[in-house]
Amino acid sequence: MKPAPFEYHRAYTPQEVVELLRELGEDAKILAGGQSLVPMMNFRLAHPAALIDINPVSGLDYIRREGDELRVGALTRHRSVEISRGAEVRDGFAVLPRAARWIGHYPIRSRGTVGGSIAHSDPTAEWCLLARLHDAEIVVLGEHGTRTVPSEEWFTGFLTTAALPGEMVIETRFRRPRRCAALLEYARRRGDFAIAAAGVAFDVVDDRCQDVTIVLGGVAGRPLRVPEAEAHVQGAEPAESTWAEAARIAAASVEPGAEADGDHDYRRHLVGTLTRRAFREAYETGTDAGPVRGVA
Amino acid sequence: MKDQHLVTLNVNGSEHELVLESRRTLADTLRQDLGLTGTHLGCEHGICGACTVLLDGEPVRACLVFGVQADGHEVRTVEGLARGDELNDLQQAFSRHHGLQCGFCTPGFLMLAEAYLSTGPEADPDEVREVVSANLCRCTGYQGIVEAVTEVAAERRGEAKTAHD
Repeated sequence: MKPAPFEYHRAYTPQEVVELLRELGEDAKILAGGQSLVPMMNFRLAHPAALIDINPVSGLDYIRREGDELRVGALTRHRSVEISRGAEVRDGFAVLPRAARWIGHYPIRSRGTVGGSIAHSDPTAEWCLLARLHDAEIVVLGEHGTRTVPSEEWFTGFLTTAALPGEMVIETRFRRPRRCAALLEYARRRGDFAIAAAGVAFDVVDDRCQDVTIVLGGVAGRPLRVPEAEAHVQGAEPAESTWAEAARIAAASVEPGAEADGDHDYRRHLVGTLTRRAFREAYETGTDAGPVRGVA
Repeated sequence: MKDQHLVTLNVNGSEHELVLESRRTLADTLRQDLGLTGTHLGCEHGICGACTVLLDGEPVRACLVFGVQADGHEVRTVEGLARGDELNDLQQAFSRHHGLQCGFCTPGFLMLAEAYLSTGPEADPDEVREVVSANLCRCTGYQGIVEAVTEVAAERRGEAKTAHD
């Protein structure tokens, strides 16, 4: 037995979760998949006075398309997204199942949840990066009903979010579907936390890149967009030279000392390489053009 | 005062009523309350995979699930694989391909592989290698494990096909 003692509560509806959060106060934590919280409890880095188990809550496990939004319920397991092949995901959000394969390992993915990852806010977590890549909105439920927070404001720093005391994440709304997108990361071993990660998304219209997003992970306390690199690709030809310059700008944007561990130059180098490869993969998987021109 | 709960677990097809303290992990519940010591505990923080069991058919780290969370659910452990003294096909394949040496990690690998096999995979060796990378084995170098899982996947696919014909 490794964790410190806690009171265990079970909730069956989102409203019950909110009521329990109010009743139990700030020392209570929500237990979803438990793939981050329970290790922290086993190490006694976390010792919540109470846990509210939301696994019995029904109606929060879904992947649904609403127009240009892909809505993912908070209790959807990583694995469900990984194996999703429907048109609602394929059409503009194909990066989600591909990127889900980066998350830990199979037994982690079959238990961990999308909402849990969004609430945990690890700066290298795939869902946090994908949320920024697809300009997601986070839907939270509190005492006074639901509110929607743009992902830009949601991730406020290392393991911290804009959630208020007493609120729970109920849905993530991925937006801005695009044909070309990829998320790549580097870790010493498969399944480890990434040292660095890069995600890109864009469309190609009349042989020009449009609607470009670049997100970096592992370089700060939260996922970072790189507007200067995005501006370079915006309107440019989808070519190796474009990717190379975007990668150079992205690497240069990495500030020293921002990383949690590791060597600054090394991380910069990784960001450049991952960004360039992400552009290649995104273009090759998102278009029928095959390998990008300029690659030997 | 201890936070205790009355729970009903279905483990390998048998029902058990237990009073569990909330902080007792499913792994400790299986080993200490039910005496099912086939499930091994290595790191106890979700890295090594030795404690992998099936919860409603899905593979989970039993050190990262509390026993009380399994209330009303079905748990399958390594003890549920063999029929009496007869090892199941996967266990026999592990033996044949030297997929174990010291054997400490084996229960976790078997349950991980059973979960994977239950999805009816094509099971090319690359995919199998990715799956078994979830668990740590420091003896075999994984080669024998990959061979065993790949072979059983093919056998079970063949049987499933025959059953449908």
